[in-house]
Amino acid sequence: MAEKPIITVKNLVKNYGDFSAIKGISFEVYEGEIFGLLGPNGAGKTTTLEIIETLRDKTSGEITVDGFNIETDADDIKQVIGVQLQSAGYYPNLNLSELIKLFCGLYGINKSPMEMLEKVALTDKARAKYKDLSGGQKQRFSIATTLINNPRIIFLDEPTTGLDPQARRNLWDLIREIRDAGTTVVITTHYMDEAEELCDRVAFVDGGHIIGIDTPNHFIDELVASGFERKKQVKLANLEDVFINMTGKEWREG
Amino acid sequence: MNPQKKYSNFNATMAIARASFRSIIRSPSAVVFSLAFPLIFIVVFANIGGSGVTVDVGVAKTTDTLSPVYRALKGAKVVHLITDQSADDMAKSLAKGNIDAIIDVQKNNAMPPYTLHVQYTEASQQKGGILKSLLQSIFFQINSRGNTIPQPVAEIKETTVKGREYKYIDFILPGMLGFSLLSSGVFGTAFVFLSLRLTLVIKRFFATPVKKYSIVLGEALARLVFSLLGALFIIMVGHYAFGFTLIHGVVTVINMLVLAALGLIIFMGFGFAISGIAKNESAVPPISNIITMPQFLLSGTFFATTAFPNWLQAISKVLPLTYLNDAMRKVAFEGAGLNEVTHQLLILGVWFILIYAVAVKTFKWE
Ligand SMILES: Nc1ncnc2c1ncn2[C@@H]1O[C@H](COP(=O)(O)OP(=O)(O)O)[C@@H](O)[C@H]1O
Ligand SMILES: [Mg+2]
Repeated sequence: MAEKPIITVKNLVKNYGDFSAIKGISFEVYEGEIFGLLGPNGAGKTTTLEIIETLRDKTSGEITVDGFNIETDADDIKQVIGVQLQSAGYYPNLNLSELIKLFCGLYGINKSPMEMLEKVALTDKARAKYKDLSGGQKQRFSIATTLINNPRIIFLDEPTTGLDPQARRNLWDLIREIRDAGTTVVITTHYMDEAEELCDRVAFVDGGHIIGIDTPNHFIDELVASGFERKKQVKLANLEDVFINMTGKEWREG
Repeated sequence: MNPQKKYSNFNATMAIARASFRSIIRSPSAVVFSLAFPLIFIVVFANIGGSGVTVDVGVAKTTDTLSPVYRALKGAKVVHLITDQSADDMAKSLAKGNIDAIIDVQKNNAMPPYTLHVQYTEASQQKGGILKSLLQSIFFQINSRGNTIPQPVAEIKETTVKGREYKYIDFILPGMLGFSLLSSGVFGTAFVFLSLRLTLVIKRFFATPVKKYSIVLGEALARLVFSLLGALFIIMVGHYAFGFTLIHGVVTVINMLVLAALGLIIFMGFGFAISGIAKNESAVPPISNIITMPQFLLSGTFFATTAFPNWLQAISKVLPLTYLNDAMRKVAFEGAGLNEVTHQLLILGVWFILIYAVAVKTFKWE
C-alpha cells in the first residue's frame, strides 16, 4: 500500500508564555490509518491536536491537512475534519436528536439525527439529554457529532479515558469501523494496550518532543531484538482478560 | 463526489437560534424571571392598588408661597407639592392623572385676603377626594384661628378637569415589562455565554465552519423572540384581566414591543460584558445584581421616581431602565408614537454605544 500523507506537521513549536509545551515536532499521518499520539498527561497531545484542528495558534512550524494550510485555509480544514474535544460539553437542555440537528446546521449539512445515532448505536437515546448518558455513551455520541460532515479525518482526544473495559472495547470496534469506512483517525491515549490493539502507527510524545514513530509491532520487535526481556515470565492472559471473560464482552449501559 | 453546497451562515445562525430558544424555554429560571415574577407582581399590585400613597399637587407659578394656606399644605405629609413644572406640563399631567390637582393661592386686596383655586381631575378622583377633605380641615383651622376678625382668611374655588383614569396597572405593567427584559437580558445572556464558554460548547462550535457572529446573533435572536413573546403575553394578561390601557390598540402593542426589543438589546450588552468579566458561574449573580438592583429599585418599576429625594432622582435619571419605563408608559397610556419618545430613545442610544463598547472589550470566547 502506497502511504499517502494526509496530515504533515513540520517543526511544530508551541509556547504558552515562557513555557514551551511543544518543542519542534514533525510527523505525518497517512490516509486511512488510525494514528495514535501516545504520551503521559502534560506531554502536549491535546495542544498538538488542537493546533492541527485550527483551534489554537501555533508559535511556529508548518502544518498541512488534506492539502490545506492551517494558516490560510482554516475554513477549508474545518469542512473536512471531525473533532472530539477532550472534555467538551454540549448545548444545555437539548436532547441528542436536537443536538445532532444543531450540528447539521453548523456544518450546513442535511442529515437525519436517527441516521447519525444509528452509527453509534444510540437510537434508543434520541430523546435523552447528553448529561444523562453513561461515560461510554457520551463518547459514542461525541463521535457521532464528528461524523456529521462526512469528514476525511477525525480527531479523538482520549476518548477511552475513564471508561470500563467493555465500553473501551466497544469504542475500539466503532473506531475500527470508521477507519474501515475510509476515514483517517487521529487518536490520543495514555493506555499502551489500547494503542497496541487499535493503532496502525503510533508516535510517542514526551515533554514536547516526539521520541519515536512506528507501527506498534515494529517497536515491540525492535525492543525484543535488542535483547529486552520482561522481568517476569509473561502469562498467557492478564487480569483484564479474566474480567472480560467472566463478565462478557457485550456492551453495558449505565 | 457529492456536489458541495455553498455554506450558509444564515442557516447556521438559525440553527443556533432554534437550539437556544429550545434551551431557554426549558430553563426554569428564564421562565420564572421573565414571566412568572412579572405576572405575580402585576396580580399583587393590581389588587392592592395604589393605597397609602401621596397626593401629588402641582403648584401654579403665581402661587403666594408665603400664605398660611400654602404653608399648611407644605406641612401636610400626604401632600407632595410639585413646583418645578411649567404650567403647560402641569396641565397635561393633570389630565393624565400624573398629578392629582393643581393649586393656585392668590393674595387678594379685598376680603378674604387669600383665594385658593383648586383644579381636580377626573383622571384621579380618589386622590382628589383626599385632597379635598384635607383642604377642608386646613381651611377650618385657618379660618377659626382668624376668629378675632369678622371675615374668613381664605376661600376655596374649585374646578375639575376632564381626563382619562390612570389606573395602577397602567403604571405597574410597563415597569414589570422593564423588569422582565432587564433580568432576561442581563442574567440570561451572562449565564448562557459564560456556561457555553466554560463547558467548551463554544470551542466545539469553533471546530465547525460557523462564524462568531452567527453564534452571537443566533443567541440574541432566540432571546429576543422569547422575551417579546413573554412581553406580549404580559401585555395581553394585563389588558384583558386587569384593564391595562392600550390607547391605540394593536399599534400601541407593536410600539411597546419595538421598545421592548430595543431595551432587551441594551440589557444583553450588560450580559455580554458580565459573561466576560465573571470567572465562574457563581460570580454571575453578584455582578448582575449590581447592574439590575439599582435599576429595579430606582427606575420607577413600582413607584414613580418623583416620590424620591432629589439625590436619588439624580441617580435614577441616568439609568437606562428609567427611560425604557418612561417611554413604555408614554406609548401605552398616552398613546405616544415612537417619534414622540425620541428623548428617551436618544438616551437609550447613548447607553447602547457605551455598553457595547465595554462588552466588545471584556467579552471572551475561550
Ligand atoms: N492554555 C494553556 N496555557 C498554559 N499552559 C498550557 C495550556 N494548555 C496546556 N498547557 C500546558 O502544556 C502542556 C501540555 O498540555 P496538553 O497539550 O494538554 O497535554 P496532554 O494533552 O498531553 O495531557 C502541559 O504542561 C500543560 O500544563
Ligand atoms: Mg490532553
